[in-house]
Amino acid sequence: MTSVSEYVVEMLHITKEFPGIKANDDITLQLKRGEIHALLGENGAGKSTLMSVLFGLYQPDGGEIRINGNPVKINNPNDATALHIGMVHQHFKLVDVFTVLDNIILGAEDTKAGFLSKKKARQKVKSLSERYGLNVNLDAKIEDITVGMQQRVEILKMLYRDNEVLIFDEPTAVLTPQEIEELMKIMKGLAAEGKSILFITHKLNEIMAVSDRCSVLRKGKYIGTVNTSETNQAELSRMMVGRDVQLVVDKGPSVPTDTILKVEGLSVKSKLYNRDAVKNVSFTVRAGEIVCVAGIDGNGQSELIHAITGLEKASAGKILLNNTNITSAPIRTRSNLGMSHIPEDRHKHGLILDNTLEQNMVLQKYHEPRFQNHGFIKFDSVRAYAEGLIEQYDVRSGQGPITLTRSMSGGNQQKAIIAREIDRDLPLIVAVQPTRGLDVGAIEYIHRQLVSARDAGKAVLLVSLELDEVMNLSDRILVMYEGEIVGELDPKKTTVEELGLYMAGAKKQEGGASNE
Amino acid sequence: MSKKGPNGVMLKDGSRTVIASLLSILIGMAVGSVIIAIVGFTNVTMGAKAVWDGIRIIFSGLFCTGRDAVGNLTFGFNPQMMGNMLFRATPVVLTGLSVAVAYKTGLFNIGAPGQYLAGTAASLFIALSIPVEGSTMSVWQASLGAAPSFFLPAWLVWCLAFFGGILAGALWGAIPGLLKALLNINEVLACIMTNWIAANLVTWVFDISSLKNVYENTKSGYIYKTSFNGVQTSKFGLDKIFEGSQINGGIIIAAVLAIIIYIILSKTTFGYELKACGSNRFSARYAGIKDKRSIVISMAIAGSLAGAAGALYNLSGNTEFFWSTYQALPAVGFNGIPVALLAANNPIGVIFSGIFMSMLDICGLQLTNLTGFNEYITDVIIAVIVYLSAFSLLIKMLISGAKKRKSGKEAAK
Repeated sequence: MTSVSEYVVEMLHITKEFPGIKANDDITLQLKRGEIHALLGENGAGKSTLMSVLFGLYQPDGGEIRINGNPVKINNPNDATALHIGMVHQHFKLVDVFTVLDNIILGAEDTKAGFLSKKKARQKVKSLSERYGLNVNLDAKIEDITVGMQQRVEILKMLYRDNEVLIFDEPTAVLTPQEIEELMKIMKGLAAEGKSILFITHKLNEIMAVSDRCSVLRKGKYIGTVNTSETNQAELSRMMVGRDVQLVVDKGPSVPTDTILKVEGLSVKSKLYNRDAVKNVSFTVRAGEIVCVAGIDGNGQSELIHAITGLEKASAGKILLNNTNITSAPIRTRSNLGMSHIPEDRHKHGLILDNTLEQNMVLQKYHEPRFQNHGFIKFDSVRAYAEGLIEQYDVRSGQGPITLTRSMSGGNQQKAIIAREIDRDLPLIVAVQPTRGLDVGAIEYIHRQLVSARDAGKAVLLVSLELDEVMNLSDRILVMYEGEIVGELDPKKTTVEELGLYMAGAKKQEGGASNE
Repeated sequence: MSKKGPNGVMLKDGSRTVIASLLSILIGMAVGSVIIAIVGFTNVTMGAKAVWDGIRIIFSGLFCTGRDAVGNLTFGFNPQMMGNMLFRATPVVLTGLSVAVAYKTGLFNIGAPGQYLAGTAASLFIALSIPVEGSTMSVWQASLGAAPSFFLPAWLVWCLAFFGGILAGALWGAIPGLLKALLNINEVLACIMTNWIAANLVTWVFDISSLKNVYENTKSGYIYKTSFNGVQTSKFGLDKIFEGSQINGGIIIAAVLAIIIYIILSKTTFGYELKACGSNRFSARYAGIKDKRSIVISMAIAGSLAGAAGALYNLSGNTEFFWSTYQALPAVGFNGIPVALLAANNPIGVIFSGIFMSMLDICGLQLTNLTGFNEYITDVIIAVIVYLSAFSLLIKMLISGAKKRKSGKEAAK
């Protein structure tokens, strides 16, 4: 053995326990110099905890961390920075009103006699961005640039600090397909230049595309490390979930019956611009089918759903639910008439984060007679109901029904919402990006729930940005582009490429509606 | 390693809050003692004995009964002080409750002074304007000179006055609520404005009214006391226990209101809606809760409690209302904020923190009466406690941090 270890970072037998949950149980992770190492695990498998241990945010209860073969103790994030470990967080840590350059040097500024001197910094950042192909405009403000560019700023921040170990925490969750491709190229370039990359994700195709090796965690335990070239998606998902996962939804043909939701000539005003975000949209959703609204983010899908669910007002047109006009009905009325809603923004709309899980489980139902008696909440019924849902839908949390939802992982928060909405057993389910940010196990589960709801005769209106999901799950596809429905496609007869053309506005069906 | 249940390592949140508040109180009193010591030792007329007396009064002024023949402080049950403490606590418990309710529903009610004034004005007008059966000195007699066509029993007038005060407070609180719900105007700004509108409005209506106390010529600027026509809060026999004090049944009414608020907020679907709306207006709306209505109702409830504070304090019969309120807002309204803060916005806790605050008041009076120090030292203590309560989250974290380190050491052994 040479004096320099083969591994840059070694986390050996790390154990970390929280009240009620063993987040890390004897986990070993070894990162080689110059490799892209994926860390795979379901929501709540312990990935974040492990990274927090590496960054000194938590002290492990047991185990050892070695950097370049030397045991170290990391007490706080500053120690981690001193060891040249840097991280790009899932939610960027940038100052919106500062320029790109200011953000990069923030906390590591050069000063001359107490005054900022940015000249050297600018040169360094410039040469770094050229060397690694990280194209940014140094003088643009963060609030004015795209999410993809913001991420490049985060990467430059790490490089500016001469970090050798770069950790990417679910970096693709917020990116468009094109930006993801770009990121993959950048990551490969960084690795080729000798940087070591730890890539936290639960998207299997990205792991296959970019990583050299992959370590898998499950429920806080270390499952194993495999070379990516010697494995496949099925094996990885089996390691991650602990059983075989169906990556493609298994569903029979749909048997649509009565029209449940009918939208006629609907227009919705944009909140940001002085124009319509949704323009004269008409479609129907029948019982027993999944209709998917596809499109690139920001083409009016959110506004369309908000108008249907009552969060925003429609400026023109009609919405009929079970032949009742609900165009300007209050949300509670829509709900009582048979609409359940899995919202796009689970933190803003879906949950009250400072409330407990059980309080959130009855958010739509607290007023029903089974949960209240003359206005007094029946706490026993609420508890029993929440426990039932937690059990049935496998919602994991530290303290069960009394867990604050804020402290739960994103995937389990989403599962809680899905459980709550599907359990309402209403004829129409409006689901907006129900699987965003979830792992394959959870995605499979949610897809199966939606399909079985369909088979039970529910009408499902799905909004999704994931092409795979659109193709797999839907019985009919409506493509939205700039607020209009530009095409109605049959997923069995179309291809991803054709769908992409519609989404990009390059193709359009005249007259909107029928595909035949 | 010791057993670790979900609540084993960390104390329950509630008990941590109580400990944090008690710590704030203790530190506040310690700071007060230090000030007493500094003042006492630097003043030539005082000395170690005076300092010792001062510190004893800060910690137990409530139980001080005076000085004996040789000039030593005597301690024991002091019914008068105890009763006065409860009497003074009544309005601050209610304004504290007002702030706490608003806070629990996501609003900051800094409008309690205005709502208090609205409640005061409405209740005094009702109490003093309606002819009361059997009253020897009715205001109408002094002012109108004509015999009224009807009389009402005093208890009924009192009830009308009390509920009138509540209603006026509710209306005054609903204004910022409406502005917030419909026009998205920050309730703090609206509350500050409604405070001063109330202050000027109240001055004006009393200025042109016939309720100014011209009967007692010794002082000007005051309204008749309700003891003049017998419309005063029942004492419920409390004056027998606390002899010689100003106490009346108001403190019981305040405590009952606190319990009712506690039940509404934590046990009912109505409270669930209000709190849901306060925690996250958007998800409440998503769930079909009328968020705008909830905001207005929350502010109205908060206002009604501050209005009740004004009504109860001024209907007591032994208080006089100085009607030139445009000069300064009533402190009791603002004092609701520290009271709520110290109680961590728990409605039941507000009863205790309100009583505690008025105990400090009493200690201040005792300082002035019995020692060379003055009552403003207790204001410093209150200020320190309020600061520390605002840091209560920090203190809570320190408590759990200490616990964690301790259990960590135990685990290491």
